[in-house]
Amino acid sequence: MEPAVTSGARIGDRPRPKKNYLNETKGFKSWALTVDHKRIGIMYLVGTLFAFLLGGIFALLVRLTLLTPAHKLFGLQVTAETYNRFFTLHGAIMVFLFIIPSIPGSLTNFVLPLMLGAKDVAFPRLNLASLYLWIVGAIMAITSMIVGAVDTGWTFYTPYSTTTSGTVTLMTAAVFVLGFSSIFTGLNFIATVHKLRAPGMGWFDMPLFVWGMYSTAVIQVLATPVLGITLVLLMLERVFQIGIFDSRIGGDPVLFQHFFWFYSHPAVYIMILPGMAIISELIPTFSRKTIFGYRAIAYASVSLALVSFIVWGHHMFVAGQSQLATVVFSALTFLVAIPSGVKVFNWLTTMYQGNISLETPMLYAISFLMLFAIGGLTGIFLGTLSTDVHLTDTYFVVAHFHYVMMGSTVTAFIGGLHYWWPKMTGRMPSEKWGRIAAVLWFIGFNATFLPQFILGSRGMPRRYYNYLDQFQPLHAFSTVGSWIIGLSLFMTAAYLLASLRKPADAPDNPWGGTTMEWQTSSPPITHNFEDQPVLEHEPYDYRPKAVAH
Amino acid sequence: MDWLRAWMMPPQGSEFAKEIDFIYMALFWLSVVLFFMIAIPSVYFAWRYRYKPGRVTPHQTHNTTLEVLWSVLPLILCIGIFFWGLNGWMKYAVAPGEAMEISVTAKQWLWQFEYPDGSRTINDIHVPVNKPVKFTMTSEDVLHDFFVPDMRVKHDIIPGRYTQVWFTPNVLGEHNFTCAEYCGKDHSGMKGKLTVDNDADFAKWMETGGTEWEDYFNGKDPKKTPADWGKITYERVGCNSCHTVDGSKSKGPSWKGVFGSMVELNNGTSVLADENYIRESMMNPQAKVVKGFDPIMPTFQGLLKPNQANGLVAYIESLK
Repeated sequence: MEPAVTSGARIGDRPRPKKNYLNETKGFKSWALTVDHKRIGIMYLVGTLFAFLLGGIFALLVRLTLLTPAHKLFGLQVTAETYNRFFTLHGAIMVFLFIIPSIPGSLTNFVLPLMLGAKDVAFPRLNLASLYLWIVGAIMAITSMIVGAVDTGWTFYTPYSTTTSGTVTLMTAAVFVLGFSSIFTGLNFIATVHKLRAPGMGWFDMPLFVWGMYSTAVIQVLATPVLGITLVLLMLERVFQIGIFDSRIGGDPVLFQHFFWFYSHPAVYIMILPGMAIISELIPTFSRKTIFGYRAIAYASVSLALVSFIVWGHHMFVAGQSQLATVVFSALTFLVAIPSGVKVFNWLTTMYQGNISLETPMLYAISFLMLFAIGGLTGIFLGTLSTDVHLTDTYFVVAHFHYVMMGSTVTAFIGGLHYWWPKMTGRMPSEKWGRIAAVLWFIGFNATFLPQFILGSRGMPRRYYNYLDQFQPLHAFSTVGSWIIGLSLFMTAAYLLASLRKPADAPDNPWGGTTMEWQTSSPPITHNFEDQPVLEHEPYDYRPKAVAH
Repeated sequence: MDWLRAWMMPPQGSEFAKEIDFIYMALFWLSVVLFFMIAIPSVYFAWRYRYKPGRVTPHQTHNTTLEVLWSVLPLILCIGIFFWGLNGWMKYAVAPGEAMEISVTAKQWLWQFEYPDGSRTINDIHVPVNKPVKFTMTSEDVLHDFFVPDMRVKHDIIPGRYTQVWFTPNVLGEHNFTCAEYCGKDHSGMKGKLTVDNDADFAKWMETGGTEWEDYFNGKDPKKTPADWGKITYERVGCNSCHTVDGSKSKGPSWKGVFGSMVELNNGTSVLADENYIRESMMNPQAKVVKGFDPIMPTFQGLLKPNQANGLVAYIESLK
């Protein structure tokens, strides 16, 4: 086994294995019926990135419609109904087909067993089942868009969702199926972390990426079933009019919101924890310095997962929940600021007195720190009761959640994708284009979403097709920002795909990482490691071997 | 720095708005400071500690004092901000006993208001300055939300329940209100105008519906005709959510070319669309339903002031 790396060292001087997980077996069935977590991860990656593209197209359509009050798209008149479908499909695709499944299904699937020194996840066939559930759910969702489309908003609030026409039932059934994909993935990762760690790897020797994904998995398993039941109730109400949410026969429309947000708030932690998990890898690697406050970050991940279950009412301060509940939920919501802050301070302190290089993944990591800061700080305005009354249901909320879901999670995802790209494909992506795309991403993202805070505080509601003239300049600015984002992502896709035409000669450890996935070849052999790796050092140990304890 | 507040926030319609703006700006500056406390190191460290081959980094695993400090201090800050927000919110949450109560019935996609004396309006309300006013709200169909940005108040409107907002406006003038809970096709068209009057003007408005329409009917301003007033009414009371004026099909028949034509009804008979037909259609819409349309139009009996009804008839007549 290779020793702990010293700063700047690159290993990869072992002979490159001829057969790796990509080429050892060929043919459609070898992929369609694989139980190899790495192949499943690649298929998830392709699928969720297509979902990202589809959701992104709807986003561009939304922003194009809002460019001017005239609502003309390439000469065609966009009606209010069409617009309502644009934003609904944008949200539903992004949340259920992309953000929730992407990092766990793709990067984590690929990297987690390698980081633990394991051959695969605990339940490889369940892993394949997760992928197929995602595919079936995606097909159902796309079918629902083609045969009728949905205009309820991704939140499906009753009674509009139980009474409107459109393919609501099919779309909610799709989400139900996708939910099981998520639950099985979470189950799998929990078992893997408990049972398949390498000899010598205790809980506090694991990479922090694993802690983050473990915390995510706990939420996936505990929260998603609630969404499943909620969606079943929604479908029953729509099809059989059972009336749980129908006030005309004694039901309560607000009950739906409680059920929905009981899942969907923890769900946003399913989105952010993997992003934070990636950052916990990128920062020590590119600072060539041990992570500061390992235990604090580990505990913060778990506490975020647990606290996420007791704050859902902060989405409902003006929805008609009781005043006592409103006050309690606001108080509890402030709690989540503390572990989030601890992580950010620890990452920054890791950089302090580091030996920092600014390769593309690190540019995304530094972007994350700034964008997550904005996302988290604007959460304070929303958790504060008196300001939330003014800001809720406006563009301020839209800006806040895009800063955390996109500015943080997607930023980390792209950084992680670039970081593990050599491990997954055996190719080094272009540094030049990576850096240009990263800078464009940062500029485009802020240009799109920073103005939306102002739109919101000035009183522009969300999900609005029309707006007062005074809002037009900010909307136009935001739309141009969305084109810069589109350009950056197009560039990223292009240079990553272009790298695949190069020969697969990436080193085992191009970035000098200390975690176990870098101890095997790029790309790895099918069963990951030649022999069972044994952990021989503390996590993120950058001390030179001669000085090590 | 008031220009910054004025740029980021709507006009201040009440004392409460001023209090909310104060907290908002305090949180804003706090966020700016905290943001730079994170952003500056992240960029500065990347430069100050940029890569040098062979450099060995210190093995800093933790620092208990620092970690306790940056856990406890933010916690104290958060507790303080929570109570500050709670304080403002408690004011918003409970209306004073002497507040004038206006009933609100929201429906797709217009606002119906009823005053204590029984007068009703659509989309257009006046309130007296410096007196608290309370809106007791319910919905006839799906969720809506009454949002008055200048007063910094908002609350969802739920079918089968009553919810409320209140405020005390302290400046004269016009304010917008708008629906802030997605309610379907014309969610973004579901808005109205709140006018804050002095006591005299408010009393006059309660009697006659205000003076805005006078110029249109007394010939004083040749540029203002009753048909113009009808066009304003068409938009303001929500006729436009079901009737177009350019001939295109919507939930209700288009008004273009209707006046003076023969209209085919759903019972097979035809009728001349004269002034009486137009009036009857507004007040008793189920009496004659045009062929090819559903009988879904609500009655505007009691909801239109005489000047509004007259204006609409004139406007429809002008749409050849």
